Amino acid sequence: MKRRQPPITEAWRGLTFTRRALVIGGAQAAVGVALAARMAYISVVDNDRYVLESESNRVNLTLVPPRRGWIVDRHGKALANNRVSLRIDIIPDRLHDKDAVLARLRTLLRLDGDTMERIERDLKAASGFQPVAVKEDVSEADYASVLVRLPDLPGIAPARGFARNYPTGAAVGHLIGYVGAPNAEEYEKAKDPLYITPGFKIGKDGLEKYFEPMLKGKPGARRVEVTARGKIVRDLNTKPDVQGKTVHLTIDADLQEYAARRMGRESGAAIVIDCLSGDILAFIAMPSFDPNSFSDGISNSEYAWLRANDHQPLINKATRGLYPPGSTLKPMAALAAMQHGVDPGERHTCIGGYRLGSRFFRCLGTHGTIDMQTAIEKSCNSYFYWLGHRLGYDAIAPAARLLGLGEEYKLAGSNQRYGTIPDSAWKLRKYGREWSASDSLNAIIGQGYVLANPLQLAVMTARIASGQTLYPRLINRHFEHHALPFTAEQLEVARRGMWRVVNGAGTAGRSRLPFDDIQMAGKTGTAQVRGLSGGSGKGGDWKYRDHGLFIGFAPYDNPRYAMSVVIEHGMGGSRAAAPVAKDIFTFLFDRDKAMKALEEFEGGWGGTIKERMDRDYAAWKAGAASDPEPGVPR
Amino acid sequence: MIPVPPAVQRIPWKLIALLSAITGFGLLVLYSAAGGSLSPWAWQQGVRFVIFLIGALILGRLPLRLYEDFAYIGYIGVAILLVAVELLGFVGGGSQRWLNLGFLNLQPSELMKVAIVLALAHFYTQLPPGNTRTLTALWPALVMIGIPAALVMLQPDLGTALAICASGVVVMFLAGLPLWWFGSAALAGAASLPILFSFLHDYQQKRVLIFLDPESDPLGAGYHISQSKIAIGSGGIGGKGFLNGSQSHLDYLPEGHTDFIFATMAEEWGLIGGVALLFAFFLLLRWSTRVALHARTRFGQLTAAGLTMTIFFYLAINLMMVMGLAPVVGIPLPLFSYGGSSMLTIMTCVGIILAVESDSKTRSRRLY
Repeated sequence: MKRRQPPITEAWRGLTFTRRALVIGGAQAAVGVALAARMAYISVVDNDRYVLESESNRVNLTLVPPRRGWIVDRHGKALANNRVSLRIDIIPDRLHDKDAVLARLRTLLRLDGDTMERIERDLKAASGFQPVAVKEDVSEADYASVLVRLPDLPGIAPARGFARNYPTGAAVGHLIGYVGAPNAEEYEKAKDPLYITPGFKIGKDGLEKYFEPMLKGKPGARRVEVTARGKIVRDLNTKPDVQGKTVHLTIDADLQEYAARRMGRESGAAIVIDCLSGDILAFIAMPSFDPNSFSDGISNSEYAWLRANDHQPLINKATRGLYPPGSTLKPMAALAAMQHGVDPGERHTCIGGYRLGSRFFRCLGTHGTIDMQTAIEKSCNSYFYWLGHRLGYDAIAPAARLLGLGEEYKLAGSNQRYGTIPDSAWKLRKYGREWSASDSLNAIIGQGYVLANPLQLAVMTARIASGQTLYPRLINRHFEHHALPFTAEQLEVARRGMWRVVNGAGTAGRSRLPFDDIQMAGKTGTAQVRGLSGGSGKGGDWKYRDHGLFIGFAPYDNPRYAMSVVIEHGMGGSRAAAPVAKDIFTFLFDRDKAMKALEEFEGGWGGTIKERMDRDYAAWKAGAASDPEPGVPR
Repeated sequence: MIPVPPAVQRIPWKLIALLSAITGFGLLVLYSAAGGSLSPWAWQQGVRFVIFLIGALILGRLPLRLYEDFAYIGYIGVAILLVAVELLGFVGGGSQRWLNLGFLNLQPSELMKVAIVLALAHFYTQLPPGNTRTLTALWPALVMIGIPAALVMLQPDLGTALAICASGVVVMFLAGLPLWWFGSAALAGAASLPILFSFLHDYQQKRVLIFLDPESDPLGAGYHISQSKIAIGSGGIGGKGFLNGSQSHLDYLPEGHTDFIFATMAEEWGLIGGVALLFAFFLLLRWSTRVALHARTRFGQLTAAGLTMTIFFYLAINLMMVMGLAPVVGIPLPLFSYGGSSMLTIMTCVGIILAVESDSKTRSRRLY
């Protein structure tokens, strides 16, 4: 259907033009108003948001990892401190020619393939100004060589930071633990940007981990104005970091180092406790790892070397090593017996063993007719078999627990395995069988089901020496100490017996202290590894030899220090453990004399701990390089 | 009162003041964008403005008849130049737009914005009124718009192609063509958008997609829009102050002296500066629209209105772009952005509108 159109004339055309031009002009004005409104919306309503975004563009905040708090010994001597560490980082946003810069760095810093791969991986994961570590702990020379080439290396940021330092190295490995860069899970958990700042380390093990909240400190920050291309225009301000708090330990650093060195090539543990307070003065588990290596990021091959070592340097034997305590429990058993009315003067005749039904339980000698003190002195099994048979172990176990055995202590940073003090109820629960008399006989000489860690043995010794319920502590933590429910006479029998072990005709007669006025009391122990009947345990394959144990305290007349020493596969307490204890006690009273003895030993062992570890590692690496299947060292 | 000589009276002082104010403001922004320096932009832009202003005044003195007579020739000449760009032009900024004449990089597509208006205005002036509703009124115009638009799209320069189409369609609209043509063309255009979209270059498609969802790629192609909005938004009402814009000075804002100069300005001068600039442009467009309405001839009417649209199109698309309302198409802000080609176009427009104005002042009104 055709609609009738008005005739088109020049006048109509002019009118149409004016009308339509006004429409166009109006539309243009409307657009202009809309634009003004839009601008007002962005700049007024959304102003806050955009100001924030503009600031976050302009200002780049770099976290400065805080210096970690020191860990010091009882005299303020550093067990863990910080040293200056030079490092090279990459700022991903400023890295424009990645391949060229990385290639330069690779030659300058002699980076290996693994490192290059890690850097590439980190760069892919990183964003913006979050630095990526290239290398930590670069030498002054390498640092300088990067510094002078900096104009050709856009995106590279050399930095002067701090690294954890353990002056005594392996001597404190198991005590202090170590630090390391946080891993992905730790970052996920903490959600702290500090965790992905290169150079920041957190405690990974031991006291470093336990005291992390104290040691960590507060990060500093550097605010800089940067261009879009990452050029720093100017520093806006810098907030210094706040160093972490110092942790004061009860440890005596010198004693700790001495005891660690005195352990020599052996595998074992040694604990020294102050009998007045329960302070742990030395806490040794050897061999150990060098926490400095862990804190710098241990290499795969060094870790493999540590793992391959059959002396198990990665295990903290002081609290995680469980051993049959052997005869070291005899003074405790004597106390328990007296508590149950056994007269210490009552005599028993040792005929080289004890007959229980059809079985004959052997003694190491034939001691004749002896009283309690002599039984301790000679470590006569027959006497204690007799006691055990007479009283039953259910009468002994409470005293053992009273002296700290089978107990997990509240101890900073330690991860304890607390062993077993068995009794009839325990056996029924665990094995569903009745307790037998032979179980009592085995248990009373510290074999069978009985297991204890070296720390517990030291605590037991300290309690016998002091007559108090001492609790071990690494920091100044308050424990209520009570007197033990033993009479002075009863305690004196046990102590006197221990005195005679060392100073009488006992098993540790060769380990008397080299002083006229200071005497040590102690008790040796030999824990059979293969079981009572099999093998001799006195030779042959290292790992089948008997453990050597020793507990002791000194001075005898006024007990001040208590100690336990465990030497794994040391073939007997008097042979392996007592001499170590003797030298450690000597150190406590006369350092020079003790040092002289140590230096002689170390000459024979092939140098200090560090020298030996370095040599072993080098030898292992050489062996591993030629050996496609790296196995056990040596 | 001192009698003002007629020669001085004939000079459009108000217009010169307005143009100088806009450009002067632009020079301040360019001075700041260069980090507080006249070089490399402000000084050159100022000199250029003075030259082009004189050129515009000269164009304004030429008789309107001349433009009418040379409209087709000019159009054909520019179209040939566009072809020459295709054949000889070298690649600049990812697309072929420039023709190196030795002393000047000529961008013929800019000239086409003016030429298309003149040619169409001439066409509709000559068209007998009775043919206004016939196809005779339509197809020649479509061909005249289509050829240069297609050539410019080939470069490829979407923004300028749109500008040519917009100015051309406005002239057609003002010429009195039936409204339903425009309505159905708009509908057909909307329906064929997806097809047209597929003809765009990858980077152009990306820009459009990013425009629809700028947050999808804040560091990539959406970076321009995000940073521009941050600059405008962080300026607030009063701005950060002269020479204090961090977005532009620290290079976060790309093209802060050319296409995104409005954002540079808004960061330092805030909403107040933006509204002042919009008002100045409003005054300019009001003047040119009035010239169109009071033009003595039909050619003058259509020319002045079409050129007004050309100026407006620059302005609107650029501002929509920097405020995140349009895709990034690379259209500068008239008189404000650093660059000779766009200023040349604008000043040519102004000159021709001046010619229309003086034509209507000096002779009696004749609309046919």
